[in-house]
Amino acid sequence: MKWISLVPVIAVGGLLLFAAQDFPEWGDPQSPASQSPVSSHFINNTGVDTEVPNMVTAVLADYRGFDTMFETVVVFIAGIAVLAILKGSGGRRRGARRTYEVEAEPDLIVTNTVRLVVPVIQLFAFYVLAHGHVSPGGGFQGGVVMGASFILIALAWDLDHALVRMTLPRCMAIAAAGIIIYGGIGFLSMFLGGEFLDYAELERVLPVSREMARYHAMLGVEVGVGFTVTSIMFALYANLSSEGRLKGGL
Amino acid sequence: MGLALFNTFILLLLVVTALAALRVRDLITAAAVFGVYSFLMCLLWAEMGAVDVAFTEATVGAGISTVVLVATIFNLRRKSND
Amino acid sequence: MFEDGTMINELLIERLNYFIYVVLLLIGLHAMISKRNLIKKLIGMSIFQTAIILFYVSIAVKDEATIPIYKAEHDPHGAASKAAALELNSTDEAKPLYAPAELQPEETPQYANPLPHVLMLTAIVVGVATLGLALALCLRIQQGYGTVEEDELLVKIERADARYSQSPLAKVTTPRRRPARRSRKPRTAAQAARTSPKSASSPKSTGPTQTKSSAPKTKTTQAVKKSAPATRKSVASSPKAANKKPAPKKSPGRKPAGKTSSPKKKGAE
Repeated sequence: MKWISLVPVIAVGGLLLFAAQDFPEWGDPQSPASQSPVSSHFINNTGVDTEVPNMVTAVLADYRGFDTMFETVVVFIAGIAVLAILKGSGGRRRGARRTYEVEAEPDLIVTNTVRLVVPVIQLFAFYVLAHGHVSPGGGFQGGVVMGASFILIALAWDLDHALVRMTLPRCMAIAAAGIIIYGGIGFLSMFLGGEFLDYAELERVLPVSREMARYHAMLGVEVGVGFTVTSIMFALYANLSSEGRLKGGL
Repeated sequence: MGLALFNTFILLLLVVTALAALRVRDLITAAAVFGVYSFLMCLLWAEMGAVDVAFTEATVGAGISTVVLVATIFNLRRKSND
Repeated sequence: MFEDGTMINELLIERLNYFIYVVLLLIGLHAMISKRNLIKKLIGMSIFQTAIILFYVSIAVKDEATIPIYKAEHDPHGAASKAAALELNSTDEAKPLYAPAELQPEETPQYANPLPHVLMLTAIVVGVATLGLALALCLRIQQGYGTVEEDELLVKIERADARYSQSPLAKVTTPRRRPARRSRKPRTAAQAARTSPKSASSPKSTGPTQTKSSAPKTKTTQAVKKSAPATRKSVASSPKAANKKPAPKKSPGRKPAGKTSSPKKKGAE
């Protein structure tokens, strides 16, 4: 099977390399991708339209906000699906546990270091979320760092220690709240007279100009994304490491 | 010139780690080498100017992906047949 | 051999990123096809996804361009735009504090293309969601079959299929008549209590008469009918044994279905 499967793989590779010869040189500023009017519009007009220095965050949360909303929904659905597949399927530990596994006591150095470091990590996650307009960062990155802090608690002690702080029903509620925030800001713009996710219409409720309304609505939208991503990342880890039982685990 | 050399080196190292992640028999080693592959990708993208993408790959690919893979392998048999 | 225009120069020197992306794609694709362990297939899937992201990010690179975050002179909240705003607002009217200017087309090549970065952010996050779901499925397979090696799985699935095809369940080809008897709802709870032991015991007595009376039946359903009352007997035996005696005495005129009413009347009388 391994040698037969090489044939279609190499055929595909040959076709792709044959096409790759016609690409513009790597890094060419005159390539069609770099000259595209859409990208030029984004580069030239992000500052004027939204007053956000980070073009990637502006495009992600404002110009292409619809994509980001459904990406958040995809993450939420993945979390729910993992819950649906694994919940109640673990049962008791099947078979004999392998001999190399020893139920380890929480180690003194690891637990005390984690105790000191986790608040700093969470503060950094908030910083990454809030500063995403000006520096690399944003909702996804901040949310994942926050979820990783809970996973770190689960790794240093055991899973119950982390589940006490972030129970799975609360995880799902926070994930749903994130999507509701995102959709809520979109519907609010619609009720105020604009299109769905047209943040400039929020100037009627906020005492700022149209551009700054887009700036602040982007922050609200990123907060929603961050909520969903952090809770789903932790729920993913909790379900996978304990086979849905939520006891024991890594 | 220096950047081109750096680029070339990292790209070749990417191919080596991708092949290694698939060849080792022990699954936890495969997960660890996959983490190395993710970090090398992140480095390459940061050098190419895609800082947001590199940040996301560093947290999601090398952080969550590797940890979730190890957490799953913990419940399976650690040695694969190929 | 290395001059301009030859294939080696074009592919390997000027477009090394694209060549390596194709190689990584092939490694991932071959792993997904040919590896037997499911976890190795998933690692191959992730390698495939990151190779695609490498391709898109390579498209976005411009020579001597910086990251797609505004530099100090174009920064909408920076000193340059503040100075421009002060110049504009030298007449004292209420004006916005910042006056960011639209970039001219000749300044555009200073920044890398932000559009592929945005698309790839979504791709990375969706990739990790997919990986999480696939790992949950692998865990479920391990719980169900005890292995995640593809060849062992195929053997176990074939054995399970063989066992299933030899069981009586596989021989049922037509829908059974039994659901028709239960379709009429009992009017009171007492009648419900009476009808359940009755309908449990009735196919026992009417089983052989039923196969006699209804001629056009295939052999398999007859086999099922003969075996089914046996199973129903074992199920309905002990808790309903006490109810069997008073039930035929209190038989009311109504019967659950028309077809079985006549043999039952014959049996009761």
